[in-house]
Order: sequence, then C-alpha cells, then structure tokens
Amino acid sequence: MENCKCSIQIRDLSVKKGSDEILSHVDMDVHHGQIMALIGRNGAGKSTLLKALLGRIPYQGEIAFFNPKGEKVEKPCIGYVPQNLVFDRTTPVTVADMLCADHCRFPVWFGHKKEKRERAASLLKKVGADPDLLRKKLGTLSGGEMQRVLLAFALDPRPDLLLLDEPVSAVDRKGIETFYALVTSMREEYHMPVILVSHDLSHVQKYATCATLLDRTVLKSGSVRDVMVSPEMKEVFGLNLKAAGEEEWT
Amino acid sequence: MDVIYEVIDFLLPFEWTEFYFMKNALVAVVLITPLFGLVGAMIVNNKMAFFSDALGHSALTGIAIGVLLGVDNYLASMLGFALIFALCISAVLDSGTSSADTIIGVFSSTGLALGIVLLSMNGGFSKYSGYLIGDILTVQPEEIALLAAILVAVVLLWIPFFNPLMLTSINADLAASKGIRVRLMEKLFVVVVAVIVTVSIKWVGVLIINSLLVLPAAASRNLSRSMRSYHAGAVGISMISGVSGLILSYYWGTAAGGTIVLVAAVIFFVTYLIGKITR
Repeated sequence: MENCKCSIQIRDLSVKKGSDEILSHVDMDVHHGQIMALIGRNGAGKSTLLKALLGRIPYQGEIAFFNPKGEKVEKPCIGYVPQNLVFDRTTPVTVADMLCADHCRFPVWFGHKKEKRERAASLLKKVGADPDLLRKKLGTLSGGEMQRVLLAFALDPRPDLLLLDEPVSAVDRKGIETFYALVTSMREEYHMPVILVSHDLSHVQKYATCATLLDRTVLKSGSVRDVMVSPEMKEVFGLNLKAAGEEEWT
Repeated sequence: MDVIYEVIDFLLPFEWTEFYFMKNALVAVVLITPLFGLVGAMIVNNKMAFFSDALGHSALTGIAIGVLLGVDNYLASMLGFALIFALCISAVLDSGTSSADTIIGVFSSTGLALGIVLLSMNGGFSKYSGYLIGDILTVQPEEIALLAAILVAVVLLWIPFFNPLMLTSINADLAASKGIRVRLMEKLFVVVVAVIVTVSIKWVGVLIINSLLVLPAAASRNLSRSMRSYHAGAVGISMISGVSGLILSYYWGTAAGGTIVLVAAVIFFVTYLIGKITR
C-alpha cells in the first residue's frame, strides 16, 4: 500500500433539509497524517457532514481533495467505518464476498480468485483479524470482528480519506484500545487524513491530533487542547474541561 | 426451434413432451426460472419482495392503458407503465416521507384498483382475467426468443453491476464510500425488475409472479453459507420448481404457474426445517 498524502478542504459547506439548515457555512481543512476529531452534541450535524463527504446528500459549497502536488483529486477514494453497520443480519454475504466485491470484475457468486482471497486474508491480518473470518457470514460476526472487517474494507483500495463514525460503539474496552492503536499505526504508516467522530472525549484526547467542535457550523477548531478548554466547548457540553496533563477532565 | 424440439424428444421421451405447447412451455420455464432465481436473489437481499409484488399488480393498469390506446400487444403499454410506476415508487421512497411498506402498499393498491376500474369500464374484465393466473402453455416460439434475450441481457448486466448492487444492499453509505453511485444502482435494479415482471406476467400471472421471484431465493437463503451457494441454490430451486411444477400440472390438470409456486413453497418449508435443525 502506498502512502497517501492527500488533504481535504471544505469551504462554505451548507446542507438544508426543507427549510432547516442542518449545516451552515462549514470551513474545514484536514491534512495528511492528521486524525481530526469531529465533536459536538447530538444533532450538531456530524453525521450530515460525513454523508456530504460520502456524496450521499446534496450540499452547497465545496469539498475538494488535493494530492501532495496541490492538484485536485477528482474521484477520491474514501474509507468509511460506520458506527453500527445497519444491515440484514440474515444476509448470506460472507466476509470474503464483501472484501472481494470491490475489486473483482465478476460477480462474487462466480467464486473468488485465489489472489483476491489472499489479498483479503492479508488485509484481515493487517487489521489484526483472523483470516478464517473470510468464511464467516457478516451477520455472525461479533462487534469487534465487524469493526476490524469494516476497517479492512475501508483500507482497500488505499483511501484518500478515512472516516471513522463512532467506530467503537459496539466494541468492548479491550477492543477499543486495539482498534485505536490500529488506526494510529495506519495513520503513521500511510499518512492518510482521518476524520474521527466520537462522543468519548477521552478517546479524542488520547488519539486525535486536532479537533473541530461542530454545532451546525464550526464553533472552534485547532489542537485538541485548544478546543477542549475553549469557552465554546464549555457552552456546548456544559463541562469544565482542562487540558490533558494539567488536571483530570471532569 | 425444430432442433430444440428434437433434443427434447430425444432426452425426454415422455407423454407430456408429445405436445408442442408442452415443449414450448418447457423451454420457456428453463429460460425464465434461472432469470427469476438470479433476480429474486437480489430482490430478497434488498428486502424488495413487496416492491416486485406491487409491480406485478401494476401490470393490470398497463394492460388497461393498452386497451384504451387500441394496441393489440399489451407488452409495450405494460412495460411503459411499469417503468414509470417503478421509478415513481423509487422516487417517493427516496423522499423518506413514509415507511417503505406503506409507500409500496399505497402504490400497489392504486395500480391494482386503477387496472380493475379501467378494464371493467365496459363490463369486459373477464376477458383479461387470464392475466391474473397466467398461462405458460400459451407461450410462442418468438416469445421464447424474447425470454432468451432477456436472460442473456440480465446475465451480461449482472457481470459489471452485481457487486456494486450487493454492496449497496449491505449498506448504502458503505457502498457510496467506494464510489458506487447508489441511487443509480437502485434505479437500475428497479428497472430490471420492472422489465422481467412485465415480460413474464402473461405466462406466470399477476397473482403469483412475486411468489416465483421470492420463494426460490428465500428457500436458498435458509441453507446458504455464501453468495455463491445462495445464487446456485436460488437458480437451482427455481429451475427444479419450474420443471417439476410444469410436469405435475400436466398430470394433475392444474394451472402450471400455481403448481410451480406450490412446489417452490414446499421446497421453502423443507429448507426452512433443515436450516432450523442444522443451525
């Protein structure tokens, strides 16, 4: 897998649903190698922003991807790990079917070529999952297994942006640590920009490199410390937060 | 067709293959059932069983429009109406104003009621009641050629579009992250279903066409462990139900479509029980 030194520029992004303005004039930059935590109360527009990045909803404004030379990437590849994958748990789709589907020319029911299966197995190994999972149906996976499979799916082909939407909400404590350690190592290895949506501020403090506080528009953006101790943060969450190392967060 | 008839005579020297209408019906069943198995597998995956049922109901309105326009062949009017009907349902579903089952239910009843009202305007509904249960025994050689063309077209279409459709059926956001044009995929699929339902309705019937689409896939799903076994099962069960149902209907003197569906239903319950026991 090559390194990704893309960056994302969001300018004047607004999303309307009927007469409601869900997002208003959002400006945001995420550079390669950054894990940017997107924080905000419920209904602040975090998921809407992710849907706009995925091209799932119409928006006004501009979302642009740039390569290291500063040239626009017209069709960026996005890796997406959703909060809880909502799907039919009785589906006969196996992990191999899903991982091979994106890069197989023929329908997966024709069977998986050995090289495609090996590629899927090595991806699973890379994210710390057992390659035997390939045979399992998606609906039979545990929360931790599913998150690793989704991360493996998101990482191939190499994404220009990795979106993590509350990625560990269905994972136990040990699994959470492992998952974030994995994301951090991926970031260090491939330098891809990462946007992390998380309600858990301790995860944000521990793993993010910068943060953006969103409440329909960007209230505060900068280093994790600056955002955490900002008056805007206090106003949104009603918390008196101190920067890490100074005092325990409350 | 003569070569095919000779092959049938050679391979199946039975009483029921002595008649040309049975030979035609057999060829039609062998073409239509794998098509139904393939597309039905995706319908069940996408939880669109109710949608294809509504499309079947809309065929009556398509026929009525054909009658009003004074055309002899209702296929064009049925196809035209079914495509508009399917895309309208899809557009209203996209708007997210009500739950999918409510929206499809509204369209389904409207399509059926409009067809009944228009066809019964001059007291002549009974003339078209044959469309309710269909008759595979009336299939003509030129219609068999159309079925073969549709089967080939769907298989060719499935080669580039199956995987994106499958990923869309798992989760639309996840599919979109891979650059798949989710809305386009959904529209493409409803158009394919509309074409298949409309073309087949004359031989399978409004009332049971959906069963033939859904039952083989549902039966296969009871036992399948991957997309490969799911599709092989759906196509296999669809073909077995089709051929055995056709033969049974000959000896029992029953409607072929209904008998085929009954066989598929029996297979569904058997696979359901096997699935329960083996899990």
